[in-house]
Amino acid sequence: MKAIPSLELRDIHRTFMISRGFLKGRQPLYAVNGVSLAVHKGEVLGLVGESGCGKTTVARMLLGLLPPSQGEILIDGRGMVGENRRTVARKIQPIFQDPYSSLNPRKTVGSIISLPLRVHRIGDPSSWPNKVEEILDLVGLPKRVFHSYPGQLSGGQRQRVAIARALIMRPEVVICDEPTSSLDVSVQAQILNLLIALRKELGLTYILISHNLAVVEHLATRVAVMYLGRIVEEAETDRLFRKPRHPYTKALLESVLTPEPGRGVPEIHLGAGFPNPLEPPPGCTFHPRCVFAKPECSREGPPARRGEEGYVACHLYS
Amino acid sequence: MKKSNWDKSKNLNSLLEVRDLSVDIPVAAGELHAVRSVSFTVQPSETLCLVGESGCGKSMTALAIMNLLPRVAKRSAKFLTFFDMNLMGLSEREMADIRGDRMTMIFQEPMTSLNPSYTIGNQLEEAMMRHRQVSRTEARQRAIFLLEKVGITAARRRLRQYPHQLSGGLRQRVMIAMALMCDPELIIADEPTTALDVTIQAQILHLLSGLRREFHMAMILITHDLGIVARVADRVAIMYAGQIVETGTVREVFERPMHPYTSGLLACIPVPGKTKRGEFLGSIPGMVPTPIGEVRGCSFYNRCNYVQPSCKDIDIALRELGDGRAYRCVLEPEAYRASAKVVRL
Repeated sequence: MKAIPSLELRDIHRTFMISRGFLKGRQPLYAVNGVSLAVHKGEVLGLVGESGCGKTTVARMLLGLLPPSQGEILIDGRGMVGENRRTVARKIQPIFQDPYSSLNPRKTVGSIISLPLRVHRIGDPSSWPNKVEEILDLVGLPKRVFHSYPGQLSGGQRQRVAIARALIMRPEVVICDEPTSSLDVSVQAQILNLLIALRKELGLTYILISHNLAVVEHLATRVAVMYLGRIVEEAETDRLFRKPRHPYTKALLESVLTPEPGRGVPEIHLGAGFPNPLEPPPGCTFHPRCVFAKPECSREGPPARRGEEGYVACHLYS
Repeated sequence: MKKSNWDKSKNLNSLLEVRDLSVDIPVAAGELHAVRSVSFTVQPSETLCLVGESGCGKSMTALAIMNLLPRVAKRSAKFLTFFDMNLMGLSEREMADIRGDRMTMIFQEPMTSLNPSYTIGNQLEEAMMRHRQVSRTEARQRAIFLLEKVGITAARRRLRQYPHQLSGGLRQRVMIAMALMCDPELIIADEPTTALDVTIQAQILHLLSGLRREFHMAMILITHDLGIVARVADRVAIMYAGQIVETGTVREVFERPMHPYTSGLLACIPVPGKTKRGEFLGSIPGMVPTPIGEVRGCSFYNRCNYVQPSCKDIDIALRELGDGRAYRCVLEPEAYRASAKVVRL
């Protein structure tokens, strides 16, 4: 029998009603449009796609910050809807992109990190400083930052504080939304190494949202590629990078600029720009940019196939 | 100064020559030495990349060349020549004649560098009419020609649109078209693709290097992304704490880095297919220093694996190895290479 996934999404939809202007009424924006995913304990699921594809909306629904319009989210096999926010927060914690805006500038580091303990009333208040020091040590921060304010720390140190705050509750799943994209190259490597070490040490499960495919390739065990609110391909990292199947995945992989001199900038075969999500193209939403587009692509949505090689939604594989 | 006075085919040693450029900014804690004696040259139709992490002085170097520094900043240089003009001696008026004409700049965030209250067409035409004796119709023709060159369809219709009606990628294309309006000899692009998606980034860079070749322009590309550097640059200058720590052709620097900082940076980035999944990346401990007040010794000494007692106190000169290859470290090339192998394992 297959183990119950730590986190499962079953055909999740999320629609936002967007105002079109004065007296024009509202129009639906299908931000997430039928996403199914399962993450097992100890896995690192990479979620990639261009801005506006719905990655962050998925993350917010997983954190219980946004209810799905339709579909089910299961934590350890139990439905999340109706579940207390606090129960969700004990299992799932986020690390956000920008450590400059995700930390309250008027609170000390000690107070920021211990806030989850206060909110959940865990243990004796006198034990909190010890717990904070323990976690500071774990994320590689010196004890003296306990009384510092975020403004006194560097970007890398702030991100470590954000990681410490996420981990103090010992969650099972950590959702990393672009955890390193606002950091410098040398600091990015430090934070990635920390995430790798913490995963080994605490047996964490990550959902890693990033547009940096090199980072995803390095960390993730499985990768899902999103396009306009849908997952177009999902496979083991190795397979996805070695043998991408969906044309969009291929284009994304082509656009990775590895530091190899003399190779030049590749020509990306993506004709038009990212479509307006308010007016998604008919049929397969990717067809206007696809080099392999066939007549039926603009008429019917692509069939979804899940096999040994992973999941792909494309007419080429029907 | 009229363009006709200039001859592009004139045999020049270098288009831009920068020698001992320094920028100092007074801050509360003392003097911030944002750029410290930076020297480099740019040959006609060559791409030079200035690489480094935030605060290393790469953008300040670009702004100093364009004379667009904040008012409080002090610029000094032994010489700063563009063609045969001494840029240090020009008045603001004379500099304004060169900017946007012979030498243009593309900034990181296209939304903040386009004026939201004028149409695209207006802003493109203005760039040309400021410098040339042309009618609006001629300027518009050039604008349409260039918008098509940068891959914008229905260019004529776009001229009537405002910046907010375009996507980020399109805006950056408009910025590139604007930079090309007067057929400049030098483009300075400061992180031109940082705010864009990876797919758009590759398209814009592809476009930029194609146009650079087609119009025989030289380019100074400022970036922190080593992947971009490897693919676009002819020559590279790695900057750290306001200084150039290593320079050379892109192949030399990437394949045989001489400075511990360069090799550290290269080890930091995951490369699909090369770095092993889930293993620790190389990293540089500590963080970038801010050169405020009196600065002595190697600024990298506190993060360096090969630090020697003397590094802290002695200013290290740039060692020239010939062919424009140079690095700023006490280590002998052979000694460093031998130890580098051990560390990589």
